[in-house]
Amino acid sequence: MDGEARNPAGTRRGFLNWFLGTSAGAFLLAVLYPVGRYLIPPTVGESAAATVTLPIKPEEMRPNTGQIFKFGSRPGILVRTPAGELRAFSAVCTHLNCTVQYRPDLNHIWCACHNGHFDLTGRNIGGPPPRPLDAYVVNVRGNQIVVSKGA
Amino acid sequence: MGALDKGRSRLWMWLDERVGLAELEMLVRKKEVPVHRHTVWYYLGGMTLFLFLVLVATGILLLFYYRPSAEEAYESVQFLMAEVEFGWLIRSIHSWAANLMIFTLFLHLFSVLLLKAYRPPREVTWFSGIGLMAVAMGFGFTGYLLPWNELAYFATKVGTEITGVLPGVGPFLRRLLRGGDEVTGATLTRFYGIHVAVLPALATLLLGLHLFLVQKHGMSVPPRVERAGGANRRMPFFPNFLLRDLVGWLSALAVLAALAAYFPTELGQKADPFAPAPIGIKPEWYFMFMFQTLKYLPSYILGIEGEIVGVVGFGVGGLFLLLIPFLDRRTARGEPSRLFTGIGVAIILYMIALTYLGYTVSPTK
Repeated sequence: MDGEARNPAGTRRGFLNWFLGTSAGAFLLAVLYPVGRYLIPPTVGESAAATVTLPIKPEEMRPNTGQIFKFGSRPGILVRTPAGELRAFSAVCTHLNCTVQYRPDLNHIWCACHNGHFDLTGRNIGGPPPRPLDAYVVNVRGNQIVVSKGA
Repeated sequence: MGALDKGRSRLWMWLDERVGLAELEMLVRKKEVPVHRHTVWYYLGGMTLFLFLVLVATGILLLFYYRPSAEEAYESVQFLMAEVEFGWLIRSIHSWAANLMIFTLFLHLFSVLLLKAYRPPREVTWFSGIGLMAVAMGFGFTGYLLPWNELAYFATKVGTEITGVLPGVGPFLRRLLRGGDEVTGATLTRFYGIHVAVLPALATLLLGLHLFLVQKHGMSVPPRVERAGGANRRMPFFPNFLLRDLVGWLSALAVLAALAAYFPTELGQKADPFAPAPIGIKPEWYFMFMFQTLKYLPSYILGIEGEIVGVVGFGVGGLFLLLIPFLDRRTARGEPSRLFTGIGVAIILYMIALTYLGYTVSPTK
């Protein structure tokens, strides 16, 4: 070892070690990179639809009720307020992603997972949710309810 | 050796020459267990190991009928429970053994913590034990989703969302865990792979290390007993201690059978991504103290989202638990360490209190 350190010409071992180490590193990279990429799920084209026509008729929604609907791959919630107005929000709780529901006894929207409360404008009024629910625009066209993402 | 070999069968001698049975026998004969007033805690590790073996056996049996896809998982478990002879029993034993194993694992962990068995030279035994706890919790978390029922679906949604809360790498980790942006069939296949292949491999490695170290260092005698002059006597591991172990294992098996027969595991409703989260949604009991803590945190603490504070807090807590052998300098020096006894007791009380609240406070309040 001492001889090697003193003699710059005696670096054959050093070179071989470097060569071996580099090869091992390259080999590891060549294995880990594809495996790493493999584990990351590919992005699936999300439905970009900004508007959805609901399979619910306006007259089916009585005042003080709520109904979950599909908005692309995520759930939305349609609410008819006790005053009779139709409103729609994203049904994904802003706390930890659970699906919210309408509580007729409280007259507002509620998340069962961690007891989050939202009023009828989607504002977070109790429990852990940090943000209001995303609000959608509701249009009634004749016999159909059309919900669209904000203008 | 010659004298020892007298009276041995020819098969034994044949095997001894090839495998080295005599060395193994010496090892077994040499192993002793100290006897003192805390000896009873020595049985918990073996009990956890026994329940793990029950889980491996029943898990293999469940694999024969289970189908890991969002379309078929629920139905295959339903078929297993309703049609397959003793299917309900195998699944119930698997689920109960999992719960009991986590329970004995916690008891084992806390007895080691309070008896200060993590002190030098057993730090690595402690690390591998904490690793095994993490693996066991991973088993519980991934296994909970596999029947693809409503409770499991939302528990997984919340659980994976929690990783997404972590600053920086969170969203990436969440996507990696879910196999996409939402909890879907892709998550189910991923969790299945983790539950039946990745974690068993990890558990085998860590368990091998853990058991090897237990053999190498022998049982730890609590510092207080040591200061009082050490264990007054020692018991041979084979057969005295092992036979006592067996009594415990048989009792555990009886408890398991009774629980599985009288409280078979339910299946519930099939998961529906477009239904509201059911009232009374809850995780497995051993995650309850964390779940309940998240419920109590306000939405903002010092300008940071409450959930981030909670999740990072539990991460730091886990790290603290892992590093206790390095942090508890007094015990390492052989001095009494009231502080760490207090910390251990505080952790236990916190977990019990929050778990109790999780099951008693009305979920709709």
